[in-house]
Amino acid sequence: MPDVITANRLADGVVVFQTADGGWSEDFNHAAVLPDAAATKAALDRATDDVTRNLVVDAYSFAVETRNGHVAPKALREAIRAAGPTIRRDLGKQAEGHAPLSGPTAVKEADHVSL
Amino acid sequence: MYHYDDFDAAFVAARVEQFRDQVARRLSGELTEEQFRPHRLMNGLYLQLHSYMLRVAIPYGTLSSRQMRKLAEIARKYDRGYGHFTTRQNIQYNWPALKDTPDILAELSSVEMHAIQTSGNCIRNVTADHYAGVAHDEIADPRPYAEILRQWSSLHPEFSFLPRKFKIAVNGAAHDRAVIQAHDIGLQVVRNGEGEIGFTVYVGGGMGRTPFIGRKVREFLPERDLLAYIEAIMRVYNLEGRRDNKFKARIKILLHEKTLETLREEIEAEFAARDPKALDLPPEDVARVAAFFAPPELEPKKPVSDRVERRKSKDSRFASFFASNVVAHKVPGYVVVTVSLKAIGAVPGDASADQMDAVADLAEDYSHDELRVSHEQNLILPHVALDDLPAVYDRLASVGLSTANAGAVTDIIACPGLDYCTLATARSIPVAQRIAQRFGDGARARSIGPLKIKISGCVNACGHHHVGQIGILGLERAGEETYQITLGGSADENAAIGQITGPGFSSENIVGAIDTIVETYMGLRRGEDETFIEAFRRVGLAPFKEALYERSAGSDI
Repeated sequence: MPDVITANRLADGVVVFQTADGGWSEDFNHAAVLPDAAATKAALDRATDDVTRNLVVDAYSFAVETRNGHVAPKALREAIRAAGPTIRRDLGKQAEGHAPLSGPTAVKEADHVSL
Repeated sequence: MYHYDDFDAAFVAARVEQFRDQVARRLSGELTEEQFRPHRLMNGLYLQLHSYMLRVAIPYGTLSSRQMRKLAEIARKYDRGYGHFTTRQNIQYNWPALKDTPDILAELSSVEMHAIQTSGNCIRNVTADHYAGVAHDEIADPRPYAEILRQWSSLHPEFSFLPRKFKIAVNGAAHDRAVIQAHDIGLQVVRNGEGEIGFTVYVGGGMGRTPFIGRKVREFLPERDLLAYIEAIMRVYNLEGRRDNKFKARIKILLHEKTLETLREEIEAEFAARDPKALDLPPEDVARVAAFFAPPELEPKKPVSDRVERRKSKDSRFASFFASNVVAHKVPGYVVVTVSLKAIGAVPGDASADQMDAVADLAEDYSHDELRVSHEQNLILPHVALDDLPAVYDRLASVGLSTANAGAVTDIIACPGLDYCTLATARSIPVAQRIAQRFGDGARARSIGPLKIKISGCVNACGHHHVGQIGILGLERAGEETYQITLGGSADENAAIGQITGPGFSSENIVGAIDTIVETYMGLRRGEDETFIEAFRRVGLAPFKEALYERSAGSDI
């Protein structure tokens, strides 16, 4: 199962995703998709360095999958974290156009949760 | 209202500057997250799903218009224009930046508020009946005792590193509106045969993954022994509470493992060994604090208002509001108004900054500058003249706060759940919204009568589901949200833990399942006067189980 690395930015708590160059993006769609356990471990090591450098906190990896041709978080928790509250579509990354394009929180797929 | 003296003001201001320094050292890298975490938690700052979250204490749920306006200002200036009122009478901001939190705390201190001990393994914000000081059935206002406990417990060196968090609630009326039997310590104000004030003391109540109803350790504790006896309980717990297992660390587990009799003996022995002068609470000290909570001078008026009666006769919505959200004040001609934060389809407990300002203005104009937050996640205007009620109602309606559903099927408690919380296993808010939309605010909802639905998004039970008459617990099973139902819970003086109906329901089917339960109740009740909980106590779980699992097509089994 491919993974993505995430953390919260120290100064403001904003959820960020590790990019291919080892930096951090607020947009899930810019995250590096890590194909195997070895890649995940190497990326997590790099993320841990950024924790030590006090750039981010609570770095960890989570599983992603391909849905409708787009990479999406597998677990609902991570989908909500990458998009924003499902009950406030005007808040969080979804309000800034940074939400995953597919998966449990994508608006098109899950209108029944958008009240 | 309590007002800070010079000591309080200096204490809180010093705390803000201490935290400002801690945040600066964290941001510069001088402190690691591991070193910083206990400091931020002691100041109510969590790291949640999307961001940091700041939990601000509203001691015993009482606040002034000025304080509410400050909460609104903080919501606008540092957050996303709203806040969430919680089951512990606090407010939570969901999006603050770490770098801004010292400024937020400084702003709070300017109106005598803080976030001290809203997290961490310490004595948390002491909660109380939201009708304190205005209820007909009140023996004594619980807030002076809650304030005394707050002062005693704030940064108490002996009790700042307890095995686990510790929650105290005080109720001053005959009817328990503070859920005292679901707290680590519950204090019920009583009078003895001589007419003296004291407390019945309950210990070891709690929700979470292992729910227990509190047990009575003292039938009558004299008022002046309050602090000494609480200290004795805390000492026994601090010494013997389990530190080896977070899930067994609360005093409820200690009581369960030791038995009530043994724990009581140990508490009484500790109490007997006290220095009798050290924590004596003389009546003069109680009176000094109680003076802050003296009721406003209200001139009694006619208990019936022609203006209200006329409006009721021609405006059915107002009549519904009067029936559900208004109760009589202890002074004739005045009422206590519940401002529902449960508009149909709204997020339970959320209020926008504009709504906070509007309610603050109403409190200033019509309620002697005073507001309450209830553990049921509503706001209260405690001192409204009956004649002013139509004006208050109209102004509430203009900001979407006139929903007539206090205590009704749509007045649902819900924790933030998986939409915000790192601990959650399922969403709570959308379930509450969908249930509210299913029942709506029409004749059907009114015909159901009083019904308390409480929803938690994980076993930690912030949504009080164990004591919901209908409780809903959101869990995750094989990657899907699933909802377990309990029935027959009760949060008042007849406290009870709800019974699990059986297998859980999917997100899609949970609303239908609740509808089935309500329909079953409507079908078996002995008339409109028999409430849901009364009917449940008469018939038990069986008819509901049968309806849910044998007759309903909505079951997931």
